[in-house]
Amino acid sequence: MSELIELAWIVAKIVALVVPLFVAVAYMTYAERKVISAMQLRRGPNRVGWHGLLQPIADALKLLMKEVVLPSNANRFLFVLAPMLAIMPALAAWAVLPLGEGIVIADINAGLLYVLAMTSMGVYGIILAGWASNSKYALLGAMRAGAQVVSYEIAMGFALVGVLMAAGSLNMSEIVHAQAGPIWNWFWLPLLPLFVVYWISGVAETNRLPFDVAEGESEIVAGFHVEYSGMAFAIFFLAEYANMILISGLAAVMFLGGWYSPFHGLPVLGPMFDWVPGIIWFCLKICLFLFLYIWFRATFPRYRYDQIMRLGWKVLIPVTVVWLIVVSGMVLTEFGPWF
Amino acid sequence: MIEKVIFYVFAGILLAAALLVITARNPVHSALSLVLVFFTSAALWLMAEAEFLGIALILVYVGAVMVLFLFVVMMLDINIAVMREGFSRYLPLGALVAVIMVLQMLLVIGAAGVDLSGFAEATNPALSETNNIRMLGNVLYTVYVYPFELAAMVLLLAIIAAIMLTLRRRGGTRHQDINKQVRTTKAERLRMVRMASEQKNEQ
Repeated sequence: MSELIELAWIVAKIVALVVPLFVAVAYMTYAERKVISAMQLRRGPNRVGWHGLLQPIADALKLLMKEVVLPSNANRFLFVLAPMLAIMPALAAWAVLPLGEGIVIADINAGLLYVLAMTSMGVYGIILAGWASNSKYALLGAMRAGAQVVSYEIAMGFALVGVLMAAGSLNMSEIVHAQAGPIWNWFWLPLLPLFVVYWISGVAETNRLPFDVAEGESEIVAGFHVEYSGMAFAIFFLAEYANMILISGLAAVMFLGGWYSPFHGLPVLGPMFDWVPGIIWFCLKICLFLFLYIWFRATFPRYRYDQIMRLGWKVLIPVTVVWLIVVSGMVLTEFGPWF
Repeated sequence: MIEKVIFYVFAGILLAAALLVITARNPVHSALSLVLVFFTSAALWLMAEAEFLGIALILVYVGAVMVLFLFVVMMLDINIAVMREGFSRYLPLGALVAVIMVLQMLLVIGAAGVDLSGFAEATNPALSETNNIRMLGNVLYTVYVYPFELAAMVLLLAIIAAIMLTLRRRGGTRHQDINKQVRTTKAERLRMVRMASEQKNEQ
């Protein structure tokens, strides 16, 4: 009986995390449209609700009402399975992410490994969607996405190895604890090259601009989800945005001190901001990264495919390997306030 | 109680998926069943408190190896009828191999005297208090450091060999030299031309 209660408690915690996450995804699309339109001197959505605030709900309703078209030559089972495989890892990885001091669903010792394992499974949804659609554009998009995600995963993994060396733990909460202190105590400073590599590969992992050749509208229509419509398409959309928020959350935990305030431990400013709960700081840091995503999209032209591969294999991976050696040197000499 | 239920659910899925790997007609379905096999066995390892092994299994096999497998299987145009042709002919040989493998496994298990009480000890909470990964790291870099480094060298050699096999320079290709592109200067690309301005009403 007590086990059942425990299970129910875990399910309640999951619901309490996933529902706000879906709301965040909905309003992320709104924020994206508003910010990009501001950058392009337009107004963006402004008809539904006050300043267009109900637009994401209208969009969700529209997608719900639409028909899910099954292409006649598609592999039915895999065609339906693919969106689920895309969203599952995007949600599962949230289990180990600490939102605040002790606010985490599963505080496990292998947290970082678990995150890597879960994010590495996201590629299945994309590949299967492309293959099951039985369409050349979808298959091309899936191939591009697959190759890109597999290559950038290596750089991303190496960048996170640097974090685990610096923190001396794979437990996400302990990684944050290792960064206790003001803004210059966080890992972004000693691990700056790894931070940059992580962020670039994070953008590439989520197939966002300037690395969105998987969807490249001007070349292959919409890439792997070209045959999807209605709610099936919406699930891919959800997965993409949930992944963006996840990558931002991970970046905040690994490099920007998770739930710590930027003035933590400072003489005057520290106590002044003590009343702000950690989860607020965490959300602000996530918002910073999400804004960067949008900013990139509005600023950079799409990378050419071979140059994406070159950047991943010949630039980012060597940078991480060199910096791993530097980090081990810093750990051994207990360099600065970080180690 | 719940742990037992979870174990049997996962074990059932594992066996069913393993059967599907060899019986599925579509090779992509086979590969995906293999993914499911890896995933469920990782879950079983997690239940045995071998969290590092379980997660590494997903990370390496599900996240990387099987993705490449799927790529290859999707690209191949496999004719299932041709694949099935030799089935009855190779059946006796396959059965023989299977019997030999089962015998070998039985011998290994019998020789090591494996009994289930050892597992109970492994899941002893006092023992599992220490960090799984830390323990593995300590053992790998002290007791087994030479075999470990040797395995790493073998893998590195395999990488270099694979790259060497594909690295064929063909003459006459229009390759971009990125370094040259980056190092280029204004003087190489831009030519300033002074022209007299044209007459306004000259048609």
